[in-house]
Amino acid sequence: MAVVKMTVNGKPVSLETEDRTLLVYFLREQLRLTGTHIGCDTSQCGACVVHVNGKAVKSCTMFAVQAEGANVTTIEGLAKDGKLHPVQEAFRDNHGLQCGFCTPGMIMTAVDMIRRKPKLDRDTIRHELEGNICRCTGYHNIVSAIEDASKRMAGGAA
Amino acid sequence: MIPYAFQYARAKSVADAEALLKKSPEAKLLAGGQTLIATMKMRLANPTELVDIAGLKELSFIRAGGDAVAIGAATKHHEVADSADVKRAIPALAGLAQKIGDPAVRHMGTLGGSLANNDPAADYPAAVLGLGASIKTNKRSIAADDFFTGMFSTALQDGEIITEVSFPVPERAAYQKFPNPASRYAMVGVFVAKTKSGVRVAVTGAAPCVFRMPEMEAALARKFAPESVAGIKVDESGMNSDIHGSAEYRAHLVTVMAKRAVADAAK
Repeated sequence: MAVVKMTVNGKPVSLETEDRTLLVYFLREQLRLTGTHIGCDTSQCGACVVHVNGKAVKSCTMFAVQAEGANVTTIEGLAKDGKLHPVQEAFRDNHGLQCGFCTPGMIMTAVDMIRRKPKLDRDTIRHELEGNICRCTGYHNIVSAIEDASKRMAGGAA
Repeated sequence: MIPYAFQYARAKSVADAEALLKKSPEAKLLAGGQTLIATMKMRLANPTELVDIAGLKELSFIRAGGDAVAIGAATKHHEVADSADVKRAIPALAGLAQKIGDPAVRHMGTLGGSLANNDPAADYPAAVLGLGASIKTNKRSIAADDFFTGMFSTALQDGEIITEVSFPVPERAAYQKFPNPASRYAMVGVFVAKTKSGVRVAVTGAAPCVFRMPEMEAALARKFAPESVAGIKVDESGMNSDIHGSAEYRAHLVTVMAKRAVADAAK
């Protein structure tokens, strides 16, 4: 057991946790940030994607202690002052979800992808989504949502 | 899934990591953790202590010289994939890194971690063996031909830490991978390189450990063209066979991927 300190969604956090606690459990069970989902728990489905120091990672395949001192952003940290992030808006407008289980991971992956590649075509988006699985198979509208978000953000909406 | 309990320590330097490993014989290095943590969650690995070297600045660098590109062991896959130096000197290596796992995995996984783990279907071993790279550790330098010794096993000794890999710049090289559509691991991946000292062909994913194809190398040395390897039938004995593909299928894929890699390299 050790006290782990990090910043989560802009707020400093300091909590005692076991060394073996995975980041996803730390977020969900200790911080009660249940927007980050556990899907496959084997690093394949991407429902648990969060940002650590600005980069998308699978929080089921990282220990909380590894994030000591890091800046962590979860789906709960995207909206600012009650206003949805442009990627969240685009998912809503394009019906980029069906059951919604994969959506937090999809959105966190999308935000990261747009940061790295400001110009995205549909083919690139599909490749970039290789680590995120939607079991409703609703990929078509997810791709449309990301394409739309990327255009909106290039236009200075964010 | 929750792994067995262990103690975590963040190393301050390679020397510090060395000292921490010496203290407990059941300790393991944590580099990117993208395989190790999954294995620990399945409770197939049970280290008593994890020594985290992922953040060590001294292990994270890309230095491109005229004849070789040296990459620090803790350099992440996305850094190699995006490096202008690697893209210029050995585009096949940057391309290979870009095909590992998915973006989130590439943000965490490291070159040294991949090599030390030596997964039968990992991508980097193909580049290391295909280019004839040398693996530097805190103790010595190991030639790629001597490094990979079997499934999940390497020439690394207890307490030995990979610090850097030096990749000779080839005249031409290419990597072609047939990925498992779910995991993105290589069903078969073939790295082909034409270097000053000859042609090298390395195959990953097909067998328990990455291996070279001397028959293809000899044929390509005579003529570096896809048709040189097209007729070479690969022996299926010793190939992996699982729900994703039979040994016969994998043996066939080796020739197909080799052909594609040569065509790509010859461009």
